[in-house]
Amino acid sequence: MTCAETEILLHALLDGELDAGHARDVEAHLEGCPRCAAQFRAHREMQQAMSAVQLQFTAPTSLRQRIERALPSAPKRVSNRRSMLKGFVMGTALSAAMAASLVIGVIRTDQDQRVLADVTSAHVRSLQGDHLTDVQTSDQHTVKPWFNGKVDIAPPVVDLTAQGFTLLGGRLDYIDGKAVASIVYRRRVHVINLFVAQGAASEGYGAKLETMQGFNIERWSAQGLEFFAISDINAEELQEFVEKFDKALHSASGT
Amino acid sequence: MAGNGGDAHQDKARRFRDAALPHLNDVYTLARYLLRDAADADDAAQECYLRALRYFDTFRGTDIKPWLFAILRNVCRGEFVRRSHATLAMDDTTDDAEDAAPLWQEEQASPETETLRQWDAETIRRLVAELPNSFREAIVLREINDLSYSEIADVVGVPIGTVMSRLARARSMLRKAWIAEEGLPT
Repeated sequence: MTCAETEILLHALLDGELDAGHARDVEAHLEGCPRCAAQFRAHREMQQAMSAVQLQFTAPTSLRQRIERALPSAPKRVSNRRSMLKGFVMGTALSAAMAASLVIGVIRTDQDQRVLADVTSAHVRSLQGDHLTDVQTSDQHTVKPWFNGKVDIAPPVVDLTAQGFTLLGGRLDYIDGKAVASIVYRRRVHVINLFVAQGAASEGYGAKLETMQGFNIERWSAQGLEFFAISDINAEELQEFVEKFDKALHSASGT
Repeated sequence: MAGNGGDAHQDKARRFRDAALPHLNDVYTLARYLLRDAADADDAAQECYLRALRYFDTFRGTDIKPWLFAILRNVCRGEFVRRSHATLAMDDTTDDAEDAAPLWQEEQASPETETLRQWDAETIRRLVAELPNSFREAIVLREINDLSYSEIADVVGVPIGTVMSRLARARSMLRKAWIAEEGLPT
């Protein structure tokens, strides 16, 4: 492989776009060519520097609202019993495993509705301006104590970086008039806010997917706490997040 | 039956909403980088969603994001034609000469061993915004919108080989600008 070819193909290697055979060829060239190897390192360094900051823009709330209004029959979430049960049936079709744990919380009450609206607007707010995190660190042992005295719970903070969800930090937020902890993660370019609040029920309930204003929200309860994970990533990836968080949580608490 | 028609209409709108709205930040981000203006990006993103809803019946794929991007790109091109700002033309032919220039003939801006400074988001956004159109588009779709090469090829309508060479050039240009920003001799 020539240097000219490598100078193009090293980018495909960097982006994980090469099949095994070509990847080996490029790697073999990089081993024997200090100049191309230096180029590869330089581009990798820049790629990492770019992914370390938030280069995405957040759509203004006014734009989101204008688009919503332009859609026929704008999202009036009818909260009569029948439509909620219909939602439940569709939910079970989505995931049998999730349905097994869906015992309570089937009926969406006005209270639930308000909480979800709060969660959504807190998420949107966090993406605007520069107030995503109050404490910015990828170290879970720094985030957890930071919440001491700020909220009346001790939110579990787990590092899921190895599982593909980077811990960005923590933030204090307000849901339903109460101070709650938000633990902020990132999946590629997407932000996940995990809100942790005091749970009402002592018995936990399994994760339940909701959508609001186009955001996916997973809500569940465990260890006397209530969790809301919200993001614009797709539902499957958000479920994956919940599963990984739950697993890490259980192994941390030894249950 | 008017009622059924209305239901179908509403059902389509609901499906569209659930599929497309979670990508609004991605669409808006691409619009910001393509148009380099917040108000224009706002308009373009809205127009993109209106058109996407209109053509939603023709969407057959599984991943709606590249489809939305392709529509947005058309909206942005239309915008350029309408305003006929020569300097902002998104015509691919303007960059063909740059595509053709072999990379290895470029002078290296600085030793590749040099450690890059970490710029803040605002600076990097500006450096990216200063890249020529087709290179800016390639690097934004890859690094910021997280598309694969074949998705980029579909959105932009060029072969994968072109995507690859544009990305290579875009990164070289960006790196040069990145280092120049430090005020070091180039």
